[in-house]
Amino acid sequence: MEPDEIKSLLEQGLEGARAEVSDMTGGGDHFEVTIVAPAFEGLSLVERHQLVYRLLNVGGSEAIHALSLKTYTAEEWARV
Amino acid sequence: MDAKLKERFDTETKGNKVVVYMKGTAIAPMCGFSAAVAQILQSLGVKFHDVNVLADPEIREGIKEYTSWPTIPQVFIDGKFVGGCDILTELHQKGELAKMLGQG
Repeated sequence: MEPDEIKSLLEQGLEGARAEVSDMTGGGDHFEVTIVAPAFEGLSLVERHQLVYRLLNVGGSEAIHALSLKTYTAEEWARV
Repeated sequence: MDAKLKERFDTETKGNKVVVYMKGTAIAPMCGFSAAVAQILQSLGVKFHDVNVLADPEIREGIKEYTSWPTIPQVFIDGKFVGGCDILTELHQKGELAKMLGQG
C-alpha cells in the first residue's frame, strides 16, 4: 500500500480530516499516521483507533502489517 | 463468538488487575510492539498477567473478536480494554496510565 492511498482513504472517510502518512520502512506495510479530524470529538482513544482500523481494513486484509497511530481533534491539535 | 472462549476472557481480564495479550511473554516478547508495552508496564513497576497468543491460535483470533480490535498486543486494566501499544504509550506520556494503575 502507498502512503497516498492511506491518506486519501482517511480524508475521504472522515469528513474534514487531515492526515499525514509516512512509510517507516519503505516496504509499504509499516506506516506512521497522524490524523486530525472533527469526527474524533467525544470519542475515546480506543474508539478513534477502531474507526481508523475500520476505514483501512486493518485486520481484514494483510496489506498493513503495522500502523502507528496518533489521533487528534482540531482543538487537541492546536495544543500539540 | 464461542461462549466458552468469551467466558475465559471475561474471567481472565476481571480476575487480574492488568492483563496483556501479547506475542511472546513478559520476559521474552516476540514482537516490538509487545515488547514496548511490557517495558512501559515494567518501568512503572507493574506486575501483569501475560498471555502469549502465539501459543494458541484460538486465543490469538478470539481476543481480536472479543475487543473488535485487530492487532496484538492488547492491554486490559481492571477488566476494561485499554488499547494497544500506541494508546498505552500515549496514556503513559500523559501520566494517565499511572493514575489508572492507582499510582496517581
